[in-house]
Amino acid sequence: MNKLLTTASFNKFCLLIFFLGLALVSGVHISDSLAADPNAFNRLMKPKSERNPPPAKDGIHDPQNETTFVLQPPREQFSTLPTGKSGNYVDWVKALEEGKISPRYDLTDPSVEPVVMDLNIVREVKGSMPNVVYPHKQHTEWLDCSNCHPAIFIPQKGANNISMASIILGEKCGVCHGKVAFPIADCRRCHSSKKE
Amino acid sequence: MPHFHHQFTFTFHKLLISVCMALMIFPSTGNAEYGDVVINNYSDAAGMRPVIFPHWFHRVRFRCKVCHADLGFKFQAGGNKINMLKIIDGEYCGACHNGEIAWSVENCDLCHSAKPGTPTQVHESTLQKLIIGGKKDKKEAQ
Ligand code: HEC
Ligand code: HEC
Ligand code: HEC
Ligand code: HEC
Ligand code: HEC
Ligand code: HEC
Repeated sequence: MNKLLTTASFNKFCLLIFFLGLALVSGVHISDSLAADPNAFNRLMKPKSERNPPPAKDGIHDPQNETTFVLQPPREQFSTLPTGKSGNYVDWVKALEEGKISPRYDLTDPSVEPVVMDLNIVREVKGSMPNVVYPHKQHTEWLDCSNCHPAIFIPQKGANNISMASIILGEKCGVCHGKVAFPIADCRRCHSSKKE
Repeated sequence: MPHFHHQFTFTFHKLLISVCMALMIFPSTGNAEYGDVVINNYSDAAGMRPVIFPHWFHRVRFRCKVCHADLGFKFQAGGNKINMLKIIDGEYCGACHNGEIAWSVENCDLCHSAKPGTPTQVHESTLQKLIIGGKKDKKEAQ
């Protein structure tokens, strides 16, 4: 290897592989798209038709397992729900508001109502991005106060240091957003308040 | 390797190589449903397929609060150290998968449904896309 590759070319090779890998990791279907039509419309983005695949085709369920075909395909469930822009491509807030779903708040008793608190916290953002409005209402529809307070947020306006970097790394709002609740890519749902 | 004079270039290469390797071993399964959690602390070692927990399926039936406050599931893939004994004693998945609220534990393959070797992770998460697929999650869980 020492003779074949100079440090510089080896360096370049590594970088190439690195970026190929990065592209793969960011959900880009390089191998698929290169093997298929080179002039396909979506080269780097996952086309709509590939969203919400059935379990046997989602890459993690084992198609060798017969039971995989008994599991519900996401599209069957989502067909009755309002659509969203990312994540499951379902707007879960609307689904709940419009009564399209009525998830239980109690393990066994379907009649227990959630303890909803309507309190908005506005977090000012430096630079061009609109301010962030954190709404307690939509959160307490789903969650208990103890899910956030005090482990993720001290319950006091402005007491928590929140940055976009920490959110992307899965802290603060990123404990849920980018994993189960709507993804980070939906900037305007959080950055929703115009500045004066 | 005497060829690399600078310690820096050498470590840089090693870093790049390990990142490349990791990316090849854990390429993104960019198709899985958003929020699907793979749990594999013990399954592979026990010769069972790893477990897949679908959030989308459960959240139309239960609010987050039921599992994450009442039943005590921590917000961390693999972080709850779930095993079969706890499940048959009514903890974690066993609080519901008991033949009363949902089908019971003898349906092994409905839960143990992942391709063997799939690491613990949250599917389609921002973190998964930034950091090499699930490796970090797994390390944190141990
Ligand atoms: C709060 C109750 C609850 C808990 C906790 C729970 N489940 Fe479920 N689960 C359900 C219900 C209800 C169903 C629907 C059962 C039915 O169709 O009869 C279900 C269905 C499922 C399904 C099948 C989905 C389909 O496509 O039909 C899987 C897989 C599953 N659960 C896995 C798990 C795993 C793994 C855990 C633990 C990590 C778990 N569940 C914990 C309530 C629960
Ligand atoms: C999803 C996470 C989350 C949940 C659930 C949640 N909160 Fe909060 N709460 C926050 C955030 C974020 C802030 C703002 C903190 C900051 O600005 O640093 C906050 C702030 C507060 C404050 C301070 C308000 C002020 O003006 O200083 C109180 C009080 C509070 N929450 C009470 C509650 C109660 C009571 C519940 C349950 C009914 C609850 N929270 C549920 C995230 C949450
Ligand atoms: C403990 C989990 C959790 C945390 C932490 C959390 N959220 Fe949420 N958030 C949710 C869930 C669940 C929803 C419901 C919508 C969904 O699932 O996509 C939601 C909904 C929202 C909505 C409502 C969007 C609408 O359409 O009305 C906004 C805005 C929001 N979150 C902003 C934030 C901000 C800002 C933070 C951090 C300060 C934060 N969230 C922290 C779980 C969380
Ligand atoms: C889950 C809610 C949420 C989403 C989604 C979100 N942000 Fe943020 N963002 C925040 C919060 C909270 C802050 C911190 C505000 C503060 O300083 O208190 C912030 C801060 C910022 C800042 C200021 C610099 C910094 O790091 O604090 C920028 C720029 C920014 N966001 C850009 C974006 C862009 C671009 C997107 C879409 C890709 C986005 N945000 C999506 C919640 C969100
Ligand atoms: C409701 C979902 C569910 C069902 C049904 C289920 N398991 Fe599990 N099982 C789990 C979870 C979650 C774990 C933890 C996975 C891990 O960390 O690797 C687990 C772990 C295991 C383990 C390794 C840990 C231990 O406890 O020894 C074995 C072996 C196992 N299951 C066998 C079975 C068998 C056999 C059946 C059917 C009789 C079964 N499981 C049914 C959810 C389930
Ligand atoms: C039926 C039970 C159940 C419900 C309902 C549920 N979860 Fe979960 N959640 C789980 C299980 C199981 C795990 C994985 C825990 C493990 O691997 O030990 C998990 C893991 C998580 C994680 C950790 C991901 C990571 O970073 O590793 C987050 C965040 C999360 N859930 C958020 C939510 C939100 C938000 C809701 C409501 C919209 C919700 N969950 C509803 C059972 C549930």
